[in-house]
Amino acid sequence: MSGRADAGRRAAGLLAGLGTLLMLAWSLAPAVWQALTAVKPDAQITRVPTVYLPHPVVWTHVVDLWTRKPFGTYLTNSFVVSAWATLLSVACGALAAAALVRMHGPRRDALLLALLGVSLFPPILLLFPLYEGVRALGWINHAIALIVPYAALNLPLAVWVIESGLRAIPRELDDAARLDGARALDRLWHVQLPLAAPSLATAATLVFIFCWNEFMLALTFMTRDANKTVTAGIASVSGVSFYQIPWGQLSAAILLATLPLVVIVLAFEGRIVSGLTRGAINE
Amino acid sequence: MSARSEARERAALLAPALLLLGAAVVAPIVRLVMLSLERTGSGPGLPSTFAGLAMHVRLWQDGRWWDALAHTLVFTGSSVGLEMVLGIAFALLLDRPFAGRRWARALVLVPWALPTAVMALAWGWIFNDSFGVLNDVLGRIGLVSGPVAWLGRPGTAMVAMVVADVWKTTPFVALVVLAGLQGIPRSVIDAARIDGASPPAVLWHVVLPLVRPACLVALAFRAAQAFGAFDLPYVLTGGGPGGATETVSLYAYRSFYRYLDFGYAAAIAVQGAALALLLFALVLWLSRRAGVDA
Repeated sequence: MSGRADAGRRAAGLLAGLGTLLMLAWSLAPAVWQALTAVKPDAQITRVPTVYLPHPVVWTHVVDLWTRKPFGTYLTNSFVVSAWATLLSVACGALAAAALVRMHGPRRDALLLALLGVSLFPPILLLFPLYEGVRALGWINHAIALIVPYAALNLPLAVWVIESGLRAIPRELDDAARLDGARALDRLWHVQLPLAAPSLATAATLVFIFCWNEFMLALTFMTRDANKTVTAGIASVSGVSFYQIPWGQLSAAILLATLPLVVIVLAFEGRIVSGLTRGAINE
Repeated sequence: MSARSEARERAALLAPALLLLGAAVVAPIVRLVMLSLERTGSGPGLPSTFAGLAMHVRLWQDGRWWDALAHTLVFTGSSVGLEMVLGIAFALLLDRPFAGRRWARALVLVPWALPTAVMALAWGWIFNDSFGVLNDVLGRIGLVSGPVAWLGRPGTAMVAMVVADVWKTTPFVALVVLAGLQGIPRSVIDAARIDGASPPAVLWHVVLPLVRPACLVALAFRAAQAFGAFDLPYVLTGGGPGGATETVSLYAYRSFYRYLDFGYAAAIAVQGAALALLLFALVLWLSRRAGVDA
């Protein structure tokens, strides 16, 4: 091996290392800046030139958040809505996937494509009629007004992910159980789903994240503070003048609303990646 | 088991999903299209009347609709373009083996998982004219001489929106492209190397053509999503200043909830969704045609 090729490779490696560092800095900087602002004393938040590192670190903003705004309620609401919607979406998705995985030919493809189409519609398309429906049913300020649409909007994703999980199971297993006379639900529950458990977890992770992050419907259907989810609750702070915003508290709120998601990403990164890319790459 | 009972079984399994989609997606879309054919009564209690396509025709003469459409296209084009370039670069960086790669991949994914509406506030703080960290950084390295009112001027407000969107959605592109990269057999790249191709040549002539399908899928999805942008303009700029960043979705929302012009709002939403689907189809069609030519 010549020395020049070696030097070239080392330079390329150095460049890639630098690029990787820049990539990580860009990805983390806005979130880190928010975290720093959340623990900074007020006087330093609005000082010019900017004070970068808080000294001392203060937790008053986090504490105030609980006393001034019903922040804990927002978090609970988000959790309840997201958990139920995820359960509903994954349950319906698993049943549909079990049917689709045994189908072949153009009808199966048409169904999967129709599902894909649903996930491409901009959400504004559904907002007005859903709002009318939610009002007619008296569901304004009730969690179910968000649970049902969230489950429906994420259903295509759940079906796609779970179907590809089921497809990886040898068909003979299902056929054998079928010959033994096991009914569809029994086969699904005792044979297919245990084997496809990873795809269920993947679908649940993704659906939960999307539900937690939804804003437009939550903003519109939840008008009382006690019923708002965390996205709508926090963003409604910006309704007042941008200059009167208590930035320390707001940063603490942003930090606490995003922390569960950061934990989910760090814990389930592999699942999220496989779920996001499986559907996209297969077709 | 007979074919007929199998078909019945399949229908039963599909029923809950179809019911859910029917109630929360299909029925609302039908209702929206019907609503878009109505002229809303001009006061509370006044009845709406059937207006045919009048609301859709009205769009043609509405300058604000054309402006919103232009903002949406500028936003979609610039953010998706940047996301593709950055996303492919990220994917190439993450494809190299290095210590802690799993952690790097997880950290790069973080922006994608955070709520747009909430992070839009965080970006608002970064772009803040008096106390924002961006102005401070740019001032220190001498790129600006005084504080820039990023969200207060039409051009820079759009820049802020694009930056926030690129930050949030580049990971999606990166991961889809990365999956494509990892599907390339090692032997293909080794063969090109042995034939004496330089690393940039391998990248340009071997690797990138092979990940093109993954890139196009990412591109089509991102284009359709960016076109429907609502959370970001609603929270970060409020569509301002002076309507300069109002997107189609935001205009539809305001026509409904602020101007109570329900029929017209529905027409905006229908046309916006149709254009988003058209954009998706166009990207796929162009890419398929390019694929045939290549």
